[in-house]
Amino acid sequence: MTTIELTRNSIVKATLRSRWPQLIIRAIALAGFVFVIFSGLIGTPVGNRNFSIVFVWIVWWALLMLIVVPFLGRGWCAVCPIPLPGEWLQNGALLGPRKKGFSLKRKWPRRFRNIWLQNIAFTLLALFSAVVLTQPSVTGVVLLLFLITALATSLIFERRAFCRYLCPVGGFIGLYSQVAPVEVRVKDPAVCAVHTKKTCYTGSQEGYGCPWLVYPGTLTKNTNCGLCLECLRTCTQDNVALNLRTFGADLQQSNGRKLDEAFKAFIMLGAALIYSAVMLGPWGALKTAAHSIGTPQWLMYALTLLGIVYVILPGAFLLAVVASRALAKSKETLKNTFIAFAYALVPLGLMAWIAFSLSFVFASLSYLWPTLSDPLGQGWNLFGTADVAWQPYLMSSVPFLQAGVLIGGLWCACVTARRIAREAAAEKQQGREVALRALPVMGFCFIVTAGLMGLLIG
Amino acid sequence: MIRVHLSPRWIVIGLLALAIVVMPDPIALAAPAEQHFRIEASRFQYTPEAIHVNPGDHVTIDLIATDVVHGLYIDGYDLNVTADPGQTASLSFVADRAGSFRFRCSVTCGALHPFMIGKLSVGSNDLLWRAIGLGALAVVAGIWVIRK
Repeated sequence: MTTIELTRNSIVKATLRSRWPQLIIRAIALAGFVFVIFSGLIGTPVGNRNFSIVFVWIVWWALLMLIVVPFLGRGWCAVCPIPLPGEWLQNGALLGPRKKGFSLKRKWPRRFRNIWLQNIAFTLLALFSAVVLTQPSVTGVVLLLFLITALATSLIFERRAFCRYLCPVGGFIGLYSQVAPVEVRVKDPAVCAVHTKKTCYTGSQEGYGCPWLVYPGTLTKNTNCGLCLECLRTCTQDNVALNLRTFGADLQQSNGRKLDEAFKAFIMLGAALIYSAVMLGPWGALKTAAHSIGTPQWLMYALTLLGIVYVILPGAFLLAVVASRALAKSKETLKNTFIAFAYALVPLGLMAWIAFSLSFVFASLSYLWPTLSDPLGQGWNLFGTADVAWQPYLMSSVPFLQAGVLIGGLWCACVTARRIAREAAAEKQQGREVALRALPVMGFCFIVTAGLMGLLIG
Repeated sequence: MIRVHLSPRWIVIGLLALAIVVMPDPIALAAPAEQHFRIEASRFQYTPEAIHVNPGDHVTIDLIATDVVHGLYIDGYDLNVTADPGQTASLSFVADRAGSFRFRCSVTCGALHPFMIGKLSVGSNDLLWRAIGLGALAVVAGIWVIRK
């Protein structure tokens, strides 16, 4: 696997080792985050005129899904302001060495050391998304809850337990960060093996031990690495590097595949399908059902959403995996095969979200200009853009971009499925057997992609 | 890394992809006609939610807003019309671009306003069928060509 060590450059390394740039970005982001909560709670109730809705669900979302996640993986987590107040209380410091702090620093319960809670949190958000995405006060309350929960978690548990085990956004960023072309890894694991102090995990005068509860010496995937770079600062052996690498490198790793992450892939893929139908489709009854919280129509919508992401998609995929095992006469357990092949859905799901976001973002981006001039709906015109009319951008090109993105996602899914099929194939098995093994999974990916194409460009 | 050899199989796949992209639409074009639609706009839907015309048709849309002010903006055609409550506003154009186009409300009308969307189909949706064809080809290539 080809990698380029970015931290070999002394300027890059010095910049990344300094805590100042990261802290300044996080502090600005925290101020913005608090302002977003404020504007959501007291600003205009008209969603597409309210700064919180436009900035979070259009601008931030566009940056996150179209740029940050595909190219920087957990780059957002590295500068996310939400855990900052809790970290400050927990460490008693933000720049200097860790002090006594103010936290019980308990261990996160063993049974919840997975992303099931993040899966549930994302599903809950998805159930109420038609309201969260359109009503500023609800967005304000939800973001405030994020802040409070992160703070409370830091006061009770050690390190960034909220980010690692609770944050609904962090869950899917972690899954899709496996595709991104950046990684933090140790240069030589043998150096870590004989380094008894493990300052990357325990911390030192130079920085804090890994806030993400990861021992960098054995890190092989991006999923749980928040790119905070504390290990780069604390490693006394100069053995940690930030690398550029090929896209999707983590998907080639056969170790560390888990059922909770597999289900995250189904949840995200299912949510992309459902959002494409509800938000971008022409069916008014669906939109009304998704928005009418508590009514029988919403209950039907909620049950349908849950059914699709937790039963129908995984069930159909299970059938594909059963067919795969039958075709290849596999001796691998059904569960392991199911989990392994589910990672083929990672690039497919990421591209599905990019395709969904393209049409949503370019249609709505022009709402930004009036809200910048009048973020609280007070009749201001700070930058002279308060009266800029709504105008969708690039709508003639968007369907072509979406088609290209979806085809690219399907291609990457097929390549990943083929690789996974090869992992479990016996030495003597030839290409034909490997292809047969991957075929049902590729068929599943094709059907889902065709469905997405029908919803987004049909 | 995916190792890509320019083997005969890749050349076949490339030629098939090219054929899918440039292949002419086999559906015969109907003679242009006058098409008149009455679309009711209410929060947050259009009725009918989708309309279909043939390429070259002269299309007139009467937009009736039944509750609050609504608009109708057609993606790709960059046309816009707004209607006051209880009033009818008309929009005429020649459907000279084939494909599937969303039309969306252009006047803030409530919480779900950004998602108030309808669909205009002009002839067959070549982009969709070509994209599905290329998707199928991606699966074929995944089976037939990729070795690792």
